[in-house]
Amino acid sequence: MKLTLRIWRQRDAKSAGKFVTYSLDNISPNCSFLEMLDILNEQLIQKNEEPVVFDHDCREGICGMCSLYINGRPHGPDDAVTACQLHMRKFKDGDTIVIEPWRARPFPVIRDLMVDRSAFDKIIQEGGYISVNTGGAAEANNILAGKENSELAMDAAACIGCGACVAACKNASAMLFVSAKISQFALLPQGQIEAKQRVKKMVKMMDELGFGNCTNTYACEAECPKLISRSNIARMNREFICAKVI
Amino acid sequence: MAEINSKIPKGPLTSKWTHYKDHQNLVNPSNKRKLDIIIVGTGLAGSAAAASLGEMGFNVKIFCYQDSPRRAHSIAAQGGINAAKNYPNDGDSIYRLFYDTIKGGDYRAREANVYRLAEVSNNIIDQCVAQGVPFAREYGGSLENRSFGGAQVSRTFFARGQTGQQLLLGSYGALSRQIKLGTVKLYDRHEMMDVVLIDGKARGIIARDLITGKLERHFGHAVVVATGGYGNVFYLSTNAMGSNTSAIWQIFKKGAYFANPCFTQIHPTCIPVHGDYQSKLTLMSESLRNDGRIWVPKKKEDAEAHRHGKLKANDIPEEDRDYFLERRYPAFGNLVPRDVASRAAKERCDAGFGVGPTGLAVFLDFRESIGRLGKHVIEERYGNLFQMYEKIVDENPYANPMMIYPAVHYTMGGTWVDYELQTTVTGLFAAGEANFSDHGANRLGASALMQGLADGYFVLPYTVQNYLAGEIRVARMSTDKAEFVEAEKVVQARLEKLMAIKGNKSVDHFHKELGKIMWEFVGMARNEAGLKSAIELIRKLRAEFWKDVKIPGIINELNVELEKANRVADFLELGELLAYDALNRNESCGGHFREEYQTEEGECKRNDEDYKYVAAWEYKSEGEFILHKEPLDYEEIEVKQRVYK
Amino acid sequence: MNPSFLHFSSITKKIWMAFLGLFLMIFLVVHLGINLCLLRNDGGAWFTAAAHFMGTNYIVKVFEIVLFAGFIFHILLGIILQVQNWMARPVRYLVSNKTYTPFLSKYMIYTGGIVLIFLIIHFMNFYFIKLGWVSNPNFTSEGEPNFFVIAQDLFASPAYSILYIFLFIVLGFHLNQAFQAAWQTLGVNHPQYNSCIGWFGTFYAIVVPLGFIIIPIYFLLTR
Repeated sequence: MKLTLRIWRQRDAKSAGKFVTYSLDNISPNCSFLEMLDILNEQLIQKNEEPVVFDHDCREGICGMCSLYINGRPHGPDDAVTACQLHMRKFKDGDTIVIEPWRARPFPVIRDLMVDRSAFDKIIQEGGYISVNTGGAAEANNILAGKENSELAMDAAACIGCGACVAACKNASAMLFVSAKISQFALLPQGQIEAKQRVKKMVKMMDELGFGNCTNTYACEAECPKLISRSNIARMNREFICAKVI
Repeated sequence: MAEINSKIPKGPLTSKWTHYKDHQNLVNPSNKRKLDIIIVGTGLAGSAAAASLGEMGFNVKIFCYQDSPRRAHSIAAQGGINAAKNYPNDGDSIYRLFYDTIKGGDYRAREANVYRLAEVSNNIIDQCVAQGVPFAREYGGSLENRSFGGAQVSRTFFARGQTGQQLLLGSYGALSRQIKLGTVKLYDRHEMMDVVLIDGKARGIIARDLITGKLERHFGHAVVVATGGYGNVFYLSTNAMGSNTSAIWQIFKKGAYFANPCFTQIHPTCIPVHGDYQSKLTLMSESLRNDGRIWVPKKKEDAEAHRHGKLKANDIPEEDRDYFLERRYPAFGNLVPRDVASRAAKERCDAGFGVGPTGLAVFLDFRESIGRLGKHVIEERYGNLFQMYEKIVDENPYANPMMIYPAVHYTMGGTWVDYELQTTVTGLFAAGEANFSDHGANRLGASALMQGLADGYFVLPYTVQNYLAGEIRVARMSTDKAEFVEAEKVVQARLEKLMAIKGNKSVDHFHKELGKIMWEFVGMARNEAGLKSAIELIRKLRAEFWKDVKIPGIINELNVELEKANRVADFLELGELLAYDALNRNESCGGHFREEYQTEEGECKRNDEDYKYVAAWEYKSEGEFILHKEPLDYEEIEVKQRVYK
Repeated sequence: MNPSFLHFSSITKKIWMAFLGLFLMIFLVVHLGINLCLLRNDGGAWFTAAAHFMGTNYIVKVFEIVLFAGFIFHILLGIILQVQNWMARPVRYLVSNKTYTPFLSKYMIYTGGIVLIFLIIHFMNFYFIKLGWVSNPNFTSEGEPNFFVIAQDLFASPAYSILYIFLFIVLGFHLNQAFQAAWQTLGVNHPQYNSCIGWFGTFYAIVVPLGFIIIPIYFLLTR
């Protein structure tokens, strides 16, 4: 395959960035998207240019590190995959591919396509856990949890924290991410005790960090590589109303 | 360096750990605040230890090279986590879990450690459930178990196919809570470059801020290394791209022994390599072998034709198929253990019967079971795996046989530690896959998560405290001390040296070359001549690396190529040690297979007489290592041959 | 403006937005009921009676205040949210988003804005007359403004009628997205009821604007 790439290059957080065009030839359709970038980088190194910086690690769609906005879609044109699981056969010979970093105020660009997502960690630090000290746990089967709710909790817990929801949302809203964690604990008996504090604190932090609001376009759900449902956002809203009103 | 002392507590096996806990030294709360602990790595072991020690009141600093602690590669573990809860009432017990682990490890693990692991396995489940880990449940609301890795009992707890992810998010949550409370300070996008020793004790690390490229000095009364395994020495593995050996290699050079490096685990059911641009191998659950039949063509010309795309698998008639596992192991057939299946596939491919474009693949065929059970049953059992396969390979596995090949998956070897998980350097601890661990020569399924969390939640908090009880009079040290300055200088010099090479070949080129050597000669099947040539080749490659590697950019900013070069430089040294260890171990056991030592049927031939020990290597100088032996005495268990016939 | 109003949490703002939106949807049905009186061939007797009732009843007057507050808050919140949402992405993408999203769901602020423009025109034509802010030559025998005649005059203009029809189509799209979104925001999302909510929302979004649209068509045809 022959490809034209337009990639965002930015030296650091303070510098201005710009799109740079590269062309690539002889790309196998079986190549993954990140391997295609590896090939580009190898060529750049040979030409004494600096390679394109992008985040990646596990390359099997679970660590949540890769974060590329490809031709107008986070993680590219395939559904329910991360960029590392996207294969070049999803593109056509001669295509032009535009690669941009996630764009959101709370996700500043560090370099090229690499952004700082520590905002997500800050939200989790506000209450994305159940407060239990090591060794202080009761016998596991003393806590019974219904199968149905456990399955729903697992659906929500599958979030990999990649930030595609924020990148896809026209408002750069983090509601899907935040609601997935709140939902997981709201659905389990263990999570009830701190439920009210959790939703209030996490939402407060989400707002402070400058994420946008939800306007129900559900782009987050459509782009989530783990198919996290928008019903989690509804559940978070319910939890929030209960926490504030009752 | 002191002679090896594993510090196993006295007394009967079943009460060693209780005895240890009852008699360990404690630190009072006001002193805990004054004691700093550095933890490197945020996987299961690292994050669990940091959270637990933070809760206890120590002052913890935790480091990871990723952008968030939640990215650590523990997240990729699929299958599950073992515990001796005996919920299904099928006769499981702590002893049985202990026994299975020792036996599965081919009698190369330390009895007391493994018993402790089995003992605390139940606490891990309690802890994780309390944290809200969404384990699978029965309709009655109790926890569900399944059998895994051929165990006779169902003792595996699981959260769909994402158990590692859920356990890691649990410990990440606990860690996040401590970060919020201020007991733990997180340094993300930081990489440990070296450990700092003062008066023979670990007192801190030199870390590189990966964003600014600046070196930082961090003091700690104790240092814990939990940086995972070194499978990426093979370049292609199921590990994450960033997984590396640098932390355990640096501490090795500073005096921490490295144990059993040759014990590496190869997983048979991975998606094969499809091109030299490939960066990563993807694992598929080995449960596929329950219903799939593994074969290659009987005729070389058929294999050849398939490689060139001239012949489809389905066009090869039944009589021309060689179901080599069923042929060689009629009793176990396709269900032989991981190592046996992997080696048999390699043997066929080496003999020229491999299929696929690279010739490095064998078929995993579901035609018969689809015919027998119906497509819907296969879909129900393996639907998600088939889907994943189709996404990657772009071929429908219901219609055409899958192609699979073995890949490096886990490393049982690692930093040598005593019963307290302390290395041979005082005050320096190693946990999780980074230490040489409790798996002996081979790890059983669903045991890695168990060990990582056991070390982090239930061992280190006791043993680190026990160590720090003797350090309460040591005041926080200034990082301007000569030792810190010197260590930073050494690191700076090494980075400058790397940058100054300005050669012609990229870091990846060398990493790939190293991988090829390792896979060829130090992979699934090893022999003396091959290992000796591997050592030569690695030395040559290393020399070439230091002459010809090309790193663009500058030191004092984000420089991904420099990060990689620094890691590959260490892999290039580790590879040699791995080969040395494999050469030294004149036997076949677990993941280590020496062609010279096999039975007529191609089984492992263990040599308990001469090799029932842990090989702990001491670093002398580059390419020079001294062997120390820790004999393994089995008091409770009778040592037997593993038989699959 | 009360500054604490700006400091509402994101979800609080959303919930108010949804709640007020649903409230306005109820009002719209009442309004449609009155408007449909125009279709009676009675020289505007029912319509004028209804207008008289709405203009003089005290309970209605109280509700009028609530209704206005509802409108103003709904609009203000919409604008505040939009500004905050724009601020959340200071650097835009080069390639506009290609993610699949429900029809026009991304353009609520624009459909809302168009409805607002109409609302202003509508107020100039009717409500401000009642308040006496805009001069008016048509009075009933009781000295109240004769809204029937005003409506008749407006619908006599094809340009106004076409604008009117267009605006109600836009409102229909706004409502179609709004109804299910409001319930989602209020936390009502259940696989058993979602299709029902969606179906009712679409039904409402078609029937109510259609009811309004019939009127100018009737006037155009019977002119």
